[in-house]
Amino acid sequence: MDTGCRSIGVQRMNKGDASIEIRDLYKIFGGSPRQYVQAVRDGLSKAELGKVHGHILGLNNINISMPAGKIQVVMGLSGSGKSTLIRHINRLIEPTSGSIIIDGRNILEMSEVELREFRRNQTAMVFQRFGLLPHRTVIDNVTFGLEVRGIEASKCRQIAMRWIDRVGLIGFEHRYPNELSGGMQQRVGLARALSNDASILLMDEAYSALDPLIRTDMQTMLLELQAELKKTIVFITHDLDEALRLGDRIVILRDGSIIQQGDSQDILLRPADDYIERFVKDVNRARFIRIDAVMDRAPCSEKASLPRLKSGTTLEVAAKELTNSTYDQAVVVDGSSEPLGLVSLRQITAALSSPAETKSSA
Amino acid sequence: MAARAINGVFTIGHPNMDWLFKFPQLDPDVLLTVKRAIDGSLRALTRDYGDAIENFFYPLQRVLIFFEAVITGAPWPLIVLALAAIAWFAARKWSVVAAVVGTLIAIGLIGLWQDAMKTISLVFTATIFSIAIGIPLGILMNRNRRVGGVMQTVLDVMQTMPPFVYLIPVVMLLGIGRVPGFIAVVIYAIPPIIRLTDLGIRLVDKEVLEAADAYGCSRGQKLWKVQMPLAMPTIMAGINQTIMMALGMVVIASMIGVQGLGLNVLQAIANQYFTQGIFNGFAIVGIAIIFDRISQAYGHRLQKHRGAAHE
Repeated sequence: MDTGCRSIGVQRMNKGDASIEIRDLYKIFGGSPRQYVQAVRDGLSKAELGKVHGHILGLNNINISMPAGKIQVVMGLSGSGKSTLIRHINRLIEPTSGSIIIDGRNILEMSEVELREFRRNQTAMVFQRFGLLPHRTVIDNVTFGLEVRGIEASKCRQIAMRWIDRVGLIGFEHRYPNELSGGMQQRVGLARALSNDASILLMDEAYSALDPLIRTDMQTMLLELQAELKKTIVFITHDLDEALRLGDRIVILRDGSIIQQGDSQDILLRPADDYIERFVKDVNRARFIRIDAVMDRAPCSEKASLPRLKSGTTLEVAAKELTNSTYDQAVVVDGSSEPLGLVSLRQITAALSSPAETKSSA
Repeated sequence: MAARAINGVFTIGHPNMDWLFKFPQLDPDVLLTVKRAIDGSLRALTRDYGDAIENFFYPLQRVLIFFEAVITGAPWPLIVLALAAIAWFAARKWSVVAAVVGTLIAIGLIGLWQDAMKTISLVFTATIFSIAIGIPLGILMNRNRRVGGVMQTVLDVMQTMPPFVYLIPVVMLLGIGRVPGFIAVVIYAIPPIIRLTDLGIRLVDKEVLEAADAYGCSRGQKLWKVQMPLAMPTIMAGINQTIMMALGMVVIASMIGVQGLGLNVLQAIANQYFTQGIFNGFAIVGIAIIFDRISQAYGHRLQKHRGAAHE
């Protein structure tokens, strides 16, 4: 038996394709949004739409392919439209135009009943301010999604207890949310989402209200859970460190438009514009850039004596390993010890200064 | 003087300005006809359907008589015990139980036990009816904006119209007695429960509602699993207000044949019996305190876990 079938509360691991395709998505807030879509397509700016026509441009021509089983981070400052975007995926907000395809179906064309079924079975959501029911105990909060689906009480409790255990809240199941700290409340929120056994997990600034240490703990827990569960996670944040740590893929939004899409290496090494550069400047680059991004892809079978570093090692770890050895070069190898290329201490140090700094010193 | 002087100035300048100072009312004959027509049709209605209306309300009369018989007929220690038990289960505080028992004994000692029981039975049944009608109306008001708008106006009228005015048609249609008194009390007491049910549902935290939607709640599930439980403390405040207003109405209701403490107060006014007025007044206040403490303590207990979440 593979681990998927044995893991907690998971009855249907593979229910179709859980990738999310967002195409030509527009959202305009205001009295008659539809009549402005074409104008926005033709280049009407957010500022002009607001000032002249009294409508607010929420999302502007969003196109994202979110692969199944990966963590897709959507990053942006407040007002960038990131929370609006995540609410389109389960249609808590109605779009003005566009399509979102999940498992071959367009979410935006579902009837009310279809949408309800979709929300019950295929998505689960975690909220910034937790969204817990204050009149229910921890366990009754965790069973909420299952209860809504009409699953019998004893089974709900059984599934819920496993997830309460998994997020480390055993012993607190009969407490009320307001008796718990913020971090613990968000664990309840996460347990509620996971017990729903949905293939898509929507996390709206889930950790933004937590203090830094607890936030790091929660990130670690999410990565551990994800290694096992392989859900499609859409994670909203305004914190670049969090985005780089969690995101398999990252989208950066500003004023409702996408400015850059890619993985953490793309964002760090090839920021699309000044705006992203300013973000990237304050990040601890050594912790997030991987040696793969800076190495020379050269055949190097003869350098058997050099130390070996695994592909995916961060610059921080690589620099430490190299300084501890007598060499200033290392061979980068993949999972099956096949050499991929060479990386030098000089390349590592060079990658540590951000493009913005290089520019200003030049 | 001044008015006449100004008037004089105007009339001197323009002898035909008289219409400015006398509101152009409808012709007295027309007004008289309208009044007669309305009164006449109401009388005709009473004549033709009076029996039917009375028959319609007959079951209500039976219920009222039944409750009054149970409460006034029960041995007094049983009533004291029952109210003490209710106080304990609602508040879980001995101080509240002691206050309730003390007030009841005081009312009994000044010789107003029977009248107080009649008043309690009326207020009790009026409150139950108000809850049974008011909460669904409050939910409806919250759900349907158009109904809500109409209801808002109707509630405004109910709350500001002097009770004596709607006593007239009630008495014309139903005569004097328990049922018209009861209806007058309910009309007067029901607005807070309707308004606060609507308000309580509206005050439910937006993110919690979003969570309910995100997990695929139907409208009914959202109402019963999320909105109503979270609105409950506010609804309890509405019930509390409804009880208080029902009690406030017992004196006026006594004018159309409702017995109990209110009738004693009415007699005291008519005959200038100061002490009788004071005693009955305090008995009403005492009952109000009992109901108020019980319902408020229950509301507080509901609220225990609903404070703002920790940051």
